[in-house]
Amino acid sequence: MKEFISVILVITGSLFILISAIGMLRMPDLYMRMSATTKAATLGVGFVLLGTAIHFWEVGIVSRSLIIISFLMLTAPVAAHMIGRAAYFDGVPLWKETIHDELQGKYDEETHELKS
Amino acid sequence: MNKLLLNILLAITWMFLTGDLEFMNFVEGFVIGFVILWISRYASESTKYISKVPKVISLVLYFLYELLVANIKVAYDIITPRHRMKPSIIALPLSVDKDFEITILANMITLTPGTLSLDVSSDKKILYVHSMYVSDPEKFKKEIKNGFERRLMEITR
Repeated sequence: MKEFISVILVITGSLFILISAIGMLRMPDLYMRMSATTKAATLGVGFVLLGTAIHFWEVGIVSRSLIIISFLMLTAPVAAHMIGRAAYFDGVPLWKETIHDELQGKYDEETHELKS
Repeated sequence: MNKLLLNILLAITWMFLTGDLEFMNFVEGFVIGFVILWISRYASESTKYISKVPKVISLVLYFLYELLVANIKVAYDIITPRHRMKPSIIALPLSVDKDFEITILANMITLTPGTLSLDVSSDKKILYVHSMYVSDPEKFKKEIKNGFERRLMEITR
């Protein structure tokens, strides 16, 4: 039973990582690529680590994989947010079918200050 | 926070009492310690920790549910040939004002697939979010405010 659960978790995790890799190629602009890759990859790695934890089922390994998952969930969004912000600042174009852009014209070019 | 330390201390005591240093035994001890703290909740002045634990658990469960549902939605869009996205950048007015609350909220929004928090305005009043599926900006804002933000405020306030 334990074996079965860990196998399912590892396979689901790898599937999510595969899908995020395809998403990297298929999404039309940078922001959506960031959306597709960071989250799916985080969830995928999380599933793989959970599968490993259940497979071994020892204090040291379970606690370490839980800590890796929590650090991953803490740091991955910060990186995605910084890359997205830098991209918008540098004028990376949004997809042509983007509906609203409420951020347009809110940046001060000189001071980098953001108006509300 | 003191109650959390007390709870962990009770769990460790339980581990030593039963002489079993397994991880599951720590969880058992933690649950038993929590029950003890719950029973004696009127003995001390601050009762906040007791009422907050279920809220933290409900926030975590809600977040995991959103994570899974949104991931499947994005995955479906990636593997099917047509693009169904309606991307937008939305200005989301913030009700939370402390730095760490904004950090947690922005992190949760970014981790939910399809949405990516881009920046916070310099006066910390507005969070700019890029989202892949926005049919109605007002509805989208309401969803985030009633979902993540309200649950987060119940814990931190």
